[in-house]
Amino acid sequence: MSKTENTHIKLVQHENEFSHLRQTLNFRRIWVVFVLITSGFAIVPVVFFALIDYNVTKYSVEHEAVLRTSRLASNTWRSVSFFLNQRKSALVFTTLENSFTDLTDPEKLSRILKNLQKGFGDFTDIGVINDKGVQVAYEGPHDLKGKDYSGQEWFHNVLAEGIYISDVFLGFRDLPHLAIAIKHHLPDGSFYVLRATLEHQLNSMLSQEENADGRDIFLINTKGFLQTPSRYFGSVLDKISIPVPEFAAHTNAMEVRLSQADVLIVAYAHIPETRFILMAAQPKNMLMAPWRKSRKDLTLYLSISITFILIWIVIAVSYMVKRLKISDQKRLGYLHMLEYSNKLATIGRLAAGIAHEINNPLAIINEKAGLVKDLFTFKPEYKSDPKLIQIVDAITDSVARCSRITRRLLSFARHMDVSIQSINLKEVIREVLSFMEKEAEYRSIIVDIQVPDDIPEFDTDRGKLQQILLNIVNNAFAALSDGGRLELKAEILNNDSVRIICSDNGCGIPESDIDHIFEPFYSTKAKTGAGTGLGLSITYGLVKELGGEIDVSSKVNQGTSFAITLPLKFEGDTKAHPNLKKEGKPDESVAG
Amino acid sequence: MKVLLVDDEKELIATLAERLSFRGFEVDFATTAEAAIQMADNKTYDLAVLDIKMPKIRGFDIKKMLETKQPKMKFLFMTGHGSEKDFQTAAAQTGEEFYLVKPVQLDMLIRKMEQAMKKQGDS
Repeated sequence: MSKTENTHIKLVQHENEFSHLRQTLNFRRIWVVFVLITSGFAIVPVVFFALIDYNVTKYSVEHEAVLRTSRLASNTWRSVSFFLNQRKSALVFTTLENSFTDLTDPEKLSRILKNLQKGFGDFTDIGVINDKGVQVAYEGPHDLKGKDYSGQEWFHNVLAEGIYISDVFLGFRDLPHLAIAIKHHLPDGSFYVLRATLEHQLNSMLSQEENADGRDIFLINTKGFLQTPSRYFGSVLDKISIPVPEFAAHTNAMEVRLSQADVLIVAYAHIPETRFILMAAQPKNMLMAPWRKSRKDLTLYLSISITFILIWIVIAVSYMVKRLKISDQKRLGYLHMLEYSNKLATIGRLAAGIAHEINNPLAIINEKAGLVKDLFTFKPEYKSDPKLIQIVDAITDSVARCSRITRRLLSFARHMDVSIQSINLKEVIREVLSFMEKEAEYRSIIVDIQVPDDIPEFDTDRGKLQQILLNIVNNAFAALSDGGRLELKAEILNNDSVRIICSDNGCGIPESDIDHIFEPFYSTKAKTGAGTGLGLSITYGLVKELGGEIDVSSKVNQGTSFAITLPLKFEGDTKAHPNLKKEGKPDESVAG
Repeated sequence: MKVLLVDDEKELIATLAERLSFRGFEVDFATTAEAAIQMADNKTYDLAVLDIKMPKIRGFDIKKMLETKQPKMKFLFMTGHGSEKDFQTAAAQTGEEFYLVKPVQLDMLIRKMEQAMKKQGDS
């Protein structure tokens, strides 16, 4: 008794052991997490490098822009310096070539002016100023002979520096002029100043450099007044709006913000011996155009890359998750099989225990009844009373019935070890149905067996086939209402397989469930707690192990039909002993 | 025929013994291995019917012990359950014909006893 109690407890424990393993993974969440993680790892470096490229290119183009503007300034500065230097050299040559007397002779001076005009084109007047600041000779459009410059700043400058180049001023005919004056020392220790006015060509010279790309090249003086017209800062003699840069020996550059959107790169250089600063300005926008194009290309490349990466990741992760799902389903299938096997083994042990224990009392009853009969037969004192003999016979019959029941159970339990043997299908079906005999009788369920006798004996695993049929029939009984009908048919297909069809006219399986009934742990009876938990997933697995196929068709409220096809030549999953053993039939010592 | 019955279920073999004696057999029975051996010391038996599984000892071991005492003794086995191992061992050891499954049918038992006397003859 204690043995059966123990096994019962173990059965319950197994139920609980496995329930946590039935958990299935949340595949949606896994998909999302993996896509996010992989995207992160893939996309972040791409974006990072794109940003680096962006910055490097920007820096490079900016640098280039500044360089170009500086070069522009430098080149123009050279031209301007040269221009001024040339004019200065002309004057120096004049003082060297001519004596003071020549220069103060009006006729000669006039001729010198004309020659200078012929040679350079822009001299408008020329004058000689003595060491007292008085202009002693003058040729030109104005009446300036005798003018006293001794108090003027420029005179003092030329005395100090030896040369003076004036700021631009609006002179004759309101055109921009500038004046150059040089000091010439005389052998007797005194000096004179030769001064000339130029209708300079600086404006056109500077504007020649300009073209469509927004360049602005101009001169300012050290006080910030424009000497030549500027596109951005005004016309001649206007004051520029930006601070005047400090003196620097070389060309420098700076950024100037004109307004919200306009930024200029301005390069500048001081012109020696003058108070001029050459400035070249270019709008940063135009200079940065190559960077903008590069930026556009970069963005395009980035978006294409990211799109491709994402597409690939989604495809790859979806594939992986799908495989994961399949694998998980398999796992659940195995788990279900494992649970089932365990349960079955336990039941087997239970059955064997019970049967053994029942058999002894049964044997005793049998013998005692037999003895009573013997007493009536052999001992004259107990004359054989037919009624008493009948009663004893009834006892013996009941014992025989009990015996059949226990034998059936034992036979089922015994065949759980795998072994392939030759079976008679009709016999196996009858055996399985005998388990359901009583229930069929109570519930008035009609069981119709249509198994032709010409179905040959074929090799298969008897125990497994019994389990399959038992499960199918059990399910049918569960679906049937009282008075229903169950039909078991068998037929040969194509000469190489046998098909067993079990149909009932019970409640049927809804369409939404049909696709899932072979899934592990899927049970429509689960809610009510009915059923032994021997799901169709197990049956499916068993059929596959026998090398067969199973199919179902059903209509709600009309009935269900299961079709099991098995090969006549055993080609299933054989975990059986390598040499197929023909299992003998046990000795049926208690005749039925 | 002189028969020795050995089974731990007293009611069972006592009744069997009585029924067999009605039919002309000389039957003794024992419920333990020790008692059986003691009986074998005192009397010669033609055949012994042994229960395969007894408390503390197996039927086969009893067989061995009796054989040493009376080499000419024939044997039948009874088994009360269909445990695969015992079943196979019984079949292997004695041949399928020489065991019976409980509850035992009397005429089947008698038939097998006669069979055993003939077949297990002079070995």
